[in-house]
Amino acid sequence: MGRHLAGKVFGKCGKGAVWLVLVLMAVIVCFPVAFVVSGAFSAQWELEQNLGPVLGSAEGMARWSLLPLAPAFQSLVELLMDSPQFFVMFWNSVKISLSILAGQMIFGIPAAWGLARFSFPGKGIVQMIYLVLMLMPFQVLMLPEYIILNGMGLLDTHLAVILPAVFSTFPVFIMQRFFHGVPEAVLEAARIDGAGNFQIFCSIGVPLGLPGILSSGLLGFLESWNMIEQPQTFLKTKALWPLSLFLPEIGLEEAGMGFAASLMMLVPALLLFLCGQEYLEQGIAAAAVKE
Amino acid sequence: MRRRRNSLAGLLFLLPDFIGVLFFALLPFFQAVVRSFQSAVTARWVGLKNYRDVLGNSAFRLAAGNTMKFTAVCIPLLVLLSLAAAVCIQRVRLGKAALKGAFLLPMAVPAASVVLVWKVLFHSNGLINGSLQRFGMEKIAWMSSDAAFWVLVISYLWKNLGYDMILWLAGLAGISPEIYEAARVDGAGEWKCFTKITLPNLKPSLYTITVLSFLNSFKVFREAWLVAGDYPHQSMYLLQHLYNNWFRELSFDRIAATAVLNGGVVFLLILFLQRAWDTEV
Repeated sequence: MGRHLAGKVFGKCGKGAVWLVLVLMAVIVCFPVAFVVSGAFSAQWELEQNLGPVLGSAEGMARWSLLPLAPAFQSLVELLMDSPQFFVMFWNSVKISLSILAGQMIFGIPAAWGLARFSFPGKGIVQMIYLVLMLMPFQVLMLPEYIILNGMGLLDTHLAVILPAVFSTFPVFIMQRFFHGVPEAVLEAARIDGAGNFQIFCSIGVPLGLPGILSSGLLGFLESWNMIEQPQTFLKTKALWPLSLFLPEIGLEEAGMGFAASLMMLVPALLLFLCGQEYLEQGIAAAAVKE
Repeated sequence: MRRRRNSLAGLLFLLPDFIGVLFFALLPFFQAVVRSFQSAVTARWVGLKNYRDVLGNSAFRLAAGNTMKFTAVCIPLLVLLSLAAAVCIQRVRLGKAALKGAFLLPMAVPAASVVLVWKVLFHSNGLINGSLQRFGMEKIAWMSSDAAFWVLVISYLWKNLGYDMILWLAGLAGISPEIYEAARVDGAGEWKCFTKITLPNLKPSLYTITVLSFLNSFKVFREAWLVAGDYPHQSMYLLQHLYNNWFRELSFDRIAATAVLNGGVVFLLILFLQRAWDTEV
């Protein structure tokens, strides 16, 4: 009896300790985000004071306060009011990401439906090709894509970044797994009522596969918003650059502006993440289990 | 008749996307394979010369070696850490969703938006060295010594821990609770349940997660480039740096050969992944 009780107490303490460790880890993981937020709301003088040793203007070590001594909107206001360059880059990022998303939906949704619900000769090979391309790192496809874009005269235009990403096979893979889960009986019933293939796709497939479409859209947006290698390789003109290439050019000397711009880059991704965390998890898990 | 009409419909759904894939990825890749056997400027047939050049190139050896070393260190670390996190988080009741969200958050954070943070953290007078000093330890030259490699490792773990944790949780959710109940009735303790039930049942997930983690490890270049630019300390010089530098020199012949080699390795791994999926019932 005594041993049983001891075990219970020990178990409770163990659970509490595990919980504490998890919370501590979670705080560390989230720290960089908190860092950006506090940096964006700090005044330039406070940043310079804290970061002096890193900038080489002061002795000692850099410091950081997660709650700024004097919260200020100065950097954000300056960024949003007086830096037309920032707006160009921000708009480029929005344009590129949304175009990619739209293209992935237009081409990817029907393709995923076709692969999930029909059988036709060569389907196995097509699926293998899609899987392999989905998992290939960009570096392998960098030269091939460059060759074709060059041939089409698209280099140094936004289309050079958009088109290859539209035909990324990742969204098809995710959506296919969700379309697979639509019960055959529902489709059969619609067929008996005389609905055609296209009608079934629009009125049953898309609504029932919506979680998959959302998962894929969310993962796709995060990926294209974060794109670095592709614009770096295919865009020469600075005026065409997305925000992700502009940010690394800001040194710590302009920390105020830099953190404000970082925050602006972070906010759209974070908002989508917070609204769609559930779909994001489903999308990730879709790769872990066999269809 | 109906079956044939149906298969035609399936093809029609697929076709627009497939044409794009063919045009923007598959055919150009085969063109690159052809190029890997030609000289860059004159497109003369040179056999295996490009491959010999690449394999004998010191920058390639450095990059490939670093990439391999990085994988060998990171993947076991990530897989174990994320498994531990998943097993722990599965039992937590208080704030489970928030904890999952916190671990997953880095996935949504664009690498470019934390460059400044990384610079402040890893500078020789930065925050991490500041804390080290406070505990009476030596400063570490994070960006200009072999420690740069560990900056990459930390970045990779930070970015991928939550992602892998979700994959493990999906695997854990697939184990039926009845097995555990039966084992408990037979008097098995927590640890025994873990080693005799949980681990064997997670074996298929292990393959998937390892391969996916490997493929995600190529993306760590972003962090490396963002904090250290085109010519980082040699301990974090990765394959993507090599591609970029050769790209600037327009040595397409060598890039083509490297891409074929690199693609071949990835393809082999994908075959492993496929087998893992096939054995998973």
